[in-house]
Amino acid sequence: MALSTSRRINHILKPLSAAVSSTRRLSSDSTATITVETSLPFTGHNIDPPSRSIDTSPKELLTFFKDMTEMRRMEIAADSLYKAKLIRGFCHLYDGQEAVGVGMEAAITRKDCIITAYRDHCIFLGRGGTLLESFAELMGRKDGCSRGKGGSMHFYKKEGGFYGGHGIVGAQVPLGVGLAFAQKYSKEEYVTFAMYGDGAANQGQLFEALNMAALWDLPAILVCENNHYGMGTAEWRAAKSPAYYKRGDYVPGLKVDGMDVFAVKQACKFAKEHALKNGPIILEMDTYRYHGHSMSDPGSTYRTRDEISGVRQERDPIERVRKLILAHDIATEKELKEIEKETRKVVDEAIAKAKESPMPDPSELFTNVYVKGFGVEELGDQESHSRTILSFIRVAPGVKLTGLMMLSDQCI
Amino acid sequence: MGGSSFRRIGKLASISSKNQSCRGFSSTVETLKKTDQLTPTKSVNLFSAINQALHIALDSDPRSYVFGEDVGFGGVFRCTTGLADRFGKQRVFNTPLCEQGIVGFAIGLAAMDNRAIAEIQFADYIFPAFDQIVNEAAKFRYRSGNQFNCGGLTIRTPYGAVGHGGHYHSQSPESFFCHVPGIKVVIPRSPRQAKGLLLSSIRDPNPVVFFEPKLLYRMAVEEVPEDDYMLPLSEAEVLREGTDITLVGWGAQLSIMEQACAEAAKEGISCELIDLKTLIPWDKETVEASVKKTGRLLISHEAPVTGGFGAEISASIVERCFTRLEAPVARVCGLDTPFPLVFEPFYLPTKNKILDAIKSTVNY
Repeated sequence: MALSTSRRINHILKPLSAAVSSTRRLSSDSTATITVETSLPFTGHNIDPPSRSIDTSPKELLTFFKDMTEMRRMEIAADSLYKAKLIRGFCHLYDGQEAVGVGMEAAITRKDCIITAYRDHCIFLGRGGTLLESFAELMGRKDGCSRGKGGSMHFYKKEGGFYGGHGIVGAQVPLGVGLAFAQKYSKEEYVTFAMYGDGAANQGQLFEALNMAALWDLPAILVCENNHYGMGTAEWRAAKSPAYYKRGDYVPGLKVDGMDVFAVKQACKFAKEHALKNGPIILEMDTYRYHGHSMSDPGSTYRTRDEISGVRQERDPIERVRKLILAHDIATEKELKEIEKETRKVVDEAIAKAKESPMPDPSELFTNVYVKGFGVEELGDQESHSRTILSFIRVAPGVKLTGLMMLSDQCI
Repeated sequence: MGGSSFRRIGKLASISSKNQSCRGFSSTVETLKKTDQLTPTKSVNLFSAINQALHIALDSDPRSYVFGEDVGFGGVFRCTTGLADRFGKQRVFNTPLCEQGIVGFAIGLAAMDNRAIAEIQFADYIFPAFDQIVNEAAKFRYRSGNQFNCGGLTIRTPYGAVGHGGHYHSQSPESFFCHVPGIKVVIPRSPRQAKGLLLSSIRDPNPVVFFEPKLLYRMAVEEVPEDDYMLPLSEAEVLREGTDITLVGWGAQLSIMEQACAEAAKEGISCELIDLKTLIPWDKETVEASVKKTGRLLISHEAPVTGGFGAEISASIVERCFTRLEAPVARVCGLDTPFPLVFEPFYLPTKNKILDAIKSTVNY
């Protein structure tokens, strides 16, 4: 048992030192073409995989570095805020998986839709969301992207084509297929990326959705972010076949190194073209989360610390880009440190601002349940009910809801 | 169970024009006409009325879709007959047999500002989709701070006893959904009601679960306006005025209750009969006003009595009318057993059970 465990873990740690191979060196021109090779070849299922070499530019490399650094910083900060009890409820962090969000975004437009599960903070940032909206939402404040009503698991950005974070494992995938149907029907040349984890890959509804998508040739791309642990259960303990890209059987699939932002970008570009022409495809992103599943999971009971630090050393998505930048003399070590410093500052400022944002108005408890005026008054006789609740909040001792209490006076 | 009582209820149907101005969902007909203005009418059964409503819904809004198991062929109950021929297989289509997937797909489609009209072939099969309805559909607007919604979603599903349906083709699962703020639950009692309420449900900017009394699909026949008309949701209707006791019900059960009222009248008991039509959010005011007048309340539904929606009505009315009540609230409902096959007649809240309860409540 122990033997097979360690053998299984070894593949998570496969070294990718061959990554920094280039065909062209040094360019001070920010738009000059640099050709890089993906860390590993893609593996296809019922499809010929795309090429390993991909064109990029100094500008793109720096943007990737900056974006991923910002995401990671945001998640680390969220961790502290959670521990300081400023974020309540559930919170699932994305650090380690940044290359998936950033690479995907680089390959598509905002007219393409993304729908994901609850590990959604960084996808939201990628879709054009701001740090302030994120932190305010995490802390349940008015300036949050869902007006403080969603919290960590429910980030949305309509104008960015981000159909949100959904709380139930796997439930967002059929929704994504519905989105893709609407796109196909309106004859727009856009696609939907429906994201799920390796845990959700065992959900029945995923196969229902996949069948419909394939049956009707919908431009749906199922993105399995395989971070190798469904909550605290290693993939091999939960899945008879952890080759998730093959799980679609009749639907083609592609296995991608999800720790390599260029591999992700290449795969998403390829998948979008494929989906518009031929219907759905599964992308399995081989990735890794450094944090535990959620804040109550230290993340070290079901895997070794060596495994985590091994991935950090060998496969970290930010370090890979850093190496590329340095190898191409696009920026110096010092300049990159400067970017990191600046990012930290920006994140801290956003947190400070988010903390100043008030709690949502107490009346928001009752809004957006139904549309007003359709058959019944939205609150109905809950008006009196709400008064009771609000007065309770006011007298309850030790309730740290000063903003709420203040506002409730106006409301009553 | 005579056809006469269905016709009678049909005749009693009246169409209120309240809330006329507030149907502003996308590009649809916003009229809510009075019955007498609606011409011409045609005598049709309930499945044909549903079929008419679906025709109108697809015709009046190019962004509406009808799909479900076998609907492309007309559906098991013929409700979707002719739709695929007229509107094409792109808008009216069969799905695989996967309720959870169907509803999830429908929510996604509706989230892109479309009207997704999904059919679940029997209400007994809706449970695989329960998570999608409760966790995805009902809360989409709330948790996204009003950025997204699936208000264009309507789930149609046939419910209730037919005499020989057995355990999995007879259930009335409406109360499960009445526990979920964010969706509406609508149940019509007759063809005319079915058409108007279904069109309202489809155009309502909130997700709706629309239960169709499958017993009445062919049995209930009524004059139905051929026009496009809508009946208001969350508005109960007094079908029969009375002074001694208020009876509240919905769907197919109303015809049984109507028969019990008629029997009671022979014995000098004056019953007021109310069709709730929308179970959530429900019209408490109409029921309250009636109970304040009669001082007595009886609720009847086919679903098991424990945890049924009758319990909610009872609790709310006791809260509101405690001092006016002359007797405990009576519930004449299905038994607390699985829906039985051979014992169906014993399980159901029949006319005589209701009549007994009327008498004992009035004579309390």
